[in-house]
Amino acid sequence: MTDKNRRGFIGKAFGAVAGVGAVASLYAMKKSWDPLPSVKAAGFTTLDMSGYKGNELITEKWRGKPVFVLKYTPEMVASLNDEQKKRVLKIGSDTYMIVLGLCTHLGCIPGYNPAEKAFLCACHGGTYDVTGNVTKAPPPRGLDIPPFKIVGNTIVLGEEGEEYKKLLADGITLSV
Amino acid sequence: MAHFTKATSLHDWLNQRLAIDAVRRVMATEYWIPKDINFLWAMGMVLAITFAFLLVSGIFLLMYYQPNVKTAFDSVNYTIMTEVDFGWLWRHVHGVAASVVFLVIYIHMFTGIYYGSYKKGREMIWLSGMLLFVTFSAEAFSGYMLPWGQMSYWAGMVITNIFSLGDLHLNGLVEWIRGDYVPAQAFLNRFFMLHVLLLPLAIMGLIGLHFATLRIPHVNNQEGEEFDFEAEAEKYKKGDKKGSKVIAFANDFMSKDMFVVSIYLIFFFYLVFFHYDFAMDPVNFDPADGLKTPTHIYPEWYFLWSYEILRPFSTNIGLMAFGFAQVIYMLLPFLDRSPNAVPAHKRGAFKIWFWLLLINMIVLTAMGKMPPEGIFSTIGFFAALSFIGLWIALPIITKAERKL
Repeated sequence: MTDKNRRGFIGKAFGAVAGVGAVASLYAMKKSWDPLPSVKAAGFTTLDMSGYKGNELITEKWRGKPVFVLKYTPEMVASLNDEQKKRVLKIGSDTYMIVLGLCTHLGCIPGYNPAEKAFLCACHGGTYDVTGNVTKAPPPRGLDIPPFKIVGNTIVLGEEGEEYKKLLADGITLSV
Repeated sequence: MAHFTKATSLHDWLNQRLAIDAVRRVMATEYWIPKDINFLWAMGMVLAITFAFLLVSGIFLLMYYQPNVKTAFDSVNYTIMTEVDFGWLWRHVHGVAASVVFLVIYIHMFTGIYYGSYKKGREMIWLSGMLLFVTFSAEAFSGYMLPWGQMSYWAGMVITNIFSLGDLHLNGLVEWIRGDYVPAQAFLNRFFMLHVLLLPLAIMGLIGLHFATLRIPHVNNQEGEEFDFEAEAEKYKKGDKKGSKVIAFANDFMSKDMFVVSIYLIFFFYLVFFHYDFAMDPVNFDPADGLKTPTHIYPEWYFLWSYEILRPFSTNIGLMAFGFAQVIYMLLPFLDRSPNAVPAHKRGAFKIWFWLLLINMIVLTAMGKMPPEGIFSTIGFFAALSFIGLWIALPIITKAERKL
């Protein structure tokens, strides 16, 4: 072999070793930035639905995020249109809105006005109706519904029950 | 073995080993700066000094700051501010410098735009400078997270959410960046790392690159005059200092540079001692609370213009407009189609374009601070459209420009 060939070979050999090493390190670096197992394991919250009052917004916490629970009064239930009815949850004999309290625009917490029965996000001016449907941009879609499973008169957030899977399949909410 | 002789002095000893005379010649006494410049040419040195202030004050803050969601807020607002002797000084120097550095960066940028200092061989100066702007922005943002107040938390929430890219709905990417479903311990720790190590390293590397890009095309001058630096330098070295168009970087130019720096520092320390509050958002003196958004969220003043380009549109269009605003300055040397590398006042339509852009940036900044309602929304919307319009117009008006 000539010198040139020998150096070419050494260069290619180094390139191969370095390439494998670079890909392996990038993989390790990516995985090191992943959420830790302990963070993922703490992702479930159970709510007892007996204590909520009509038209009073309660903020619960799930995965560090606010979850809005709003129990509808009979008048509010009567005023819902078909589009709105698709988004509400029936637990026992009562009707609720349970959504992530984070604006789908960039994640601020919208405020609820019980008199107007509407939400306003103060960050960029988006508004939502009483079921979390968008009524004014910039939010691209209604407030997301967290994964839930209804068990008797309680609801488990973080677990995917039949009702939730149906909402997902119907495109009422996106998975969060 | 290289040949060394017995040193006659410490200077000679160092010179034999490190060639300090040659280094001094290359870096200072024979690095040539045009004479025909004004105080705006001192902004680079002002920035370098401000960065040094940030570095030194940051080192002292780093000794008491605790990157933990439970203790971060108190380590800043209690330990550093009330217990550490002169802790308040480091914090106020750091906060004020972080804000003022952007004011000077904008002056530095618009000086470059006005005098055409991004053209004809100076493209790399502009590009490396814009990379510095981007890394400084990331540095400012990551630093803003650290006191872990309400604005830290919610700015962290909103800005990381941008990476879900609207309808692409990349929640996995957002959670990956945060290391959690929401900004929490993993988030604070990694942004702390970025702020005190990775980004400062990148900034220092880029400052080196930025200086290097000046070397061959040299510093521009007030008239955009092209001349032979070698010939002018020869004149200067032969003693015709008056006839030469250049002066040495040090000590001649540096003495003037540092004079501007001293005036700047009087202004700077006036802010540090008497008006530091402008760099300290009152909302950030409430500890972070993931269940309560402040009623009105806005970024620091230097991000307001790009924030206002994001805000008036629906999510996807807003994100596209925002992305446009982030990259468009970078492309300036290629969008300006004119062959003339002269100041704006000699360039007709470009002069009007320059002032419109500056006014547009100020309007966007003012509207970004206002709540997104009524007339402010409308003005913001048209200002955002004008921003995009101005940049689309740039290649057209510069293409039509007559060659001087």
